[in-house]
Amino acid sequence: MAMILNEEQQLLKESAEGFFNEKAPISQLRQLRDDKDETGYSKQLWTEMSEMGFAGLLIDEDHGGTGFGVMGAGIVAEAMGRTLSASPYFASSIVGASLIKAAGNDTQKSTLLPAIAAGETIVTLAVDETSTHNPERTSVKATSAEGGYVLNGMKTFVPEGHVADQIIVLARTSGDAGGANGLSLFLVDRRAAGVIADRTVMSDSRNWAKITLEGVKVSAENLLGEEGAAMKALGPVLDKANIILASELLGIAQECLDRTVAYLQERKQFGVLIGSFQGLQHRAAQLFSEIEVTRSAVMKAQQMAEMGGDVSWFASLAKAKASKTAELATNEAIQMHGGIGMTDEFDIGFFIKRARVAQTLYGGFNYHADRFARTSGY
Amino acid sequence: MSDLEAFRSETRAWLEENCPATMRSGVGESLTSGEGDICWGGRKFQFKSEDQKLWLERMGSRGWTVPTWPTEYGGGGLSKDEAKILQEELRRIKAKPALVSFGIWMLGPALLKFGTHEQKLEHLPKIARGEIRWCQGYSEPNAGSDLASLATKAEDKGDHYIVNGQKVWTSYADQADWIFCLVRTNPDDKHNGISFVLFDMESEGVSTKPIQLISGYSPFCETFFDNVTVSKTNLVGEENKGWTIAKYLLTHERTGISDMGMPAPLNSLAVEKLGTVDGELEDKMLHHQIAEHEIDAASFVFTMERAKDEAKAGGDMGAFSSMLKGYGTEINKARHELIVKVNGSDAFEWEGQFSNNGEIARSWLRTKANSIEGGTTEVQLNIIAKRILDLPA
Repeated sequence: MAMILNEEQQLLKESAEGFFNEKAPISQLRQLRDDKDETGYSKQLWTEMSEMGFAGLLIDEDHGGTGFGVMGAGIVAEAMGRTLSASPYFASSIVGASLIKAAGNDTQKSTLLPAIAAGETIVTLAVDETSTHNPERTSVKATSAEGGYVLNGMKTFVPEGHVADQIIVLARTSGDAGGANGLSLFLVDRRAAGVIADRTVMSDSRNWAKITLEGVKVSAENLLGEEGAAMKALGPVLDKANIILASELLGIAQECLDRTVAYLQERKQFGVLIGSFQGLQHRAAQLFSEIEVTRSAVMKAQQMAEMGGDVSWFASLAKAKASKTAELATNEAIQMHGGIGMTDEFDIGFFIKRARVAQTLYGGFNYHADRFARTSGY
Repeated sequence: MSDLEAFRSETRAWLEENCPATMRSGVGESLTSGEGDICWGGRKFQFKSEDQKLWLERMGSRGWTVPTWPTEYGGGGLSKDEAKILQEELRRIKAKPALVSFGIWMLGPALLKFGTHEQKLEHLPKIARGEIRWCQGYSEPNAGSDLASLATKAEDKGDHYIVNGQKVWTSYADQADWIFCLVRTNPDDKHNGISFVLFDMESEGVSTKPIQLISGYSPFCETFFDNVTVSKTNLVGEENKGWTIAKYLLTHERTGISDMGMPAPLNSLAVEKLGTVDGELEDKMLHHQIAEHEIDAASFVFTMERAKDEAKAGGDMGAFSSMLKGYGTEINKARHELIVKVNGSDAFEWEGQFSNNGEIARSWLRTKANSIEGGTTEVQLNIIAKRILDLPA
């Protein structure tokens, strides 16, 4: 596969960029934040995104989706990174949909996938329990009881956790915390008795929640995939999710560079445009190089994921590189904007506050650099 | 069978028959390491073996040393797809390159684009067959990063020029047969006063002096011109328009320097040298540094792949080659720093059998020039800032 966008992907890129620029610029996120909006995203935007087909990019046409694949989903995520548009896209259309596709039975697929594609149902994943990503450390327990299971424990850092209709919970059906075996996935209705979703406002002004499960009863039909073998489905889905996060981080980095370069072209000090100073030119040029190299790693991972098979090496490479570059880009953007970059009134600060959260979700640079090394055999 | 499949099977059969067994060694030498057993060709070249000579003759006679050049100029006349198949088949049998030269990857493309039919007929076939080895006369003692300030003078004498001046960092000038050289034909116009000329290094008045580097190698020379006569038939392009050709060539050079392919993973070198404790390198910091470096290196390899695909699709490389050159050479330097760390005190052995006369140390030191030659990293950043990011002067 040549490393260039085909015509269809180029069109998707242009329409996604146009759409988010018009319908969900940063001012929308600022408004949601200032209004302390309870859902944390614009419902109208989400409806329009669904009508555009964005909510079903990873869902096949038989289940009401558009079937654009990981390349397409990454292209849209990158566009959203540039405008910091808030929506359940990542939680539901990427992670929720992929997991149901990978582990769900026919009934689960045919009820949930069309509803996700239509933007009517929001499905999210609750995986982490501590401040660092590590699915195998799961200690939330699912004990079997009268034709079903009872879930107890707590999950943290759950995207759209307080507005999701269904939460896919990773829980331990056997074994001890630290082991990959004995983990299972359950579909849990957020409104079920014993589910407490505490909204957590984070630096990115987006939706997150801590989910407490107190004796939550679920039936056997709510088991998603094989009991005790959750990682078989979850591993590849997390790879895909990390590739999409890397795409969003790439969009954030690119937007930071573009805004910074525009500022260097207009801001005057010492009677000249500051963009004429070599000290700043080299910083900007270095950042440009890092972003271009990151773009290649991300695109490669998207393409490999589209072809199928184990992509853990490519996913960790892309997430590690994109995390490092987003960190550089957001830091450099503030530094090169100077004092104004520190003000809330100016938009550039929104990027660093989203980037760090997206970097951290499902493992940041250290986690993925280490995983990259392990999958390389050292 | 499609035409391309037929081409592949014919190529495979021909290579099977014509590539000598000793020319199928595995990894080719890179330009960043020592001399090794690269075949550079030229009048002065001493073949390391009969097989090396035979391999060059056979590949040269088919034009497969320069597969995509037109056959009338000694090339193979292959389409891009055919050339790709040839590359794949060469790689399949791990063939060593039959010929590596500045003629192939620098002068040739410039002549094809800017030369006259006569100039192409005269020079290209000799490059293809490895008969003439070329060197590049660009930098001068007072024209390094600011290359366009060069002062080597070419005086107009009707049908010829008289050239006087000095070049420096002329790669392998002492072993080259001909030079392609930037000279000043108008002292009053910096960029539009430079011409691109070709002449024989055996011409009267040409002398060279090798420069010994910190690596102990002497790949570069000082080159002196004392009243050298150069026929105007050897002027490439128009008089005073040589800077255009120089820039075109530098773009080629930069892409070439940055294209190192996928090098052997450092972790295998480290594990081989140091062994593991519980399946991991004992030096945790080294483990981390290698991982971080390999992430950058792999991302860069994919960037080269992407740049090639974009060029194939008709995109203009332009200033993007500056990014590739700057990033690629810094990656290579970082890689050699890690190789030195992996090898500990063994890395610094300078003479003797054990280290193959200090191969690791000398290669490591050689890489320090990567980010200076062909335009320093800082010059590349200047180009990106001005031509891609459009920042003010």
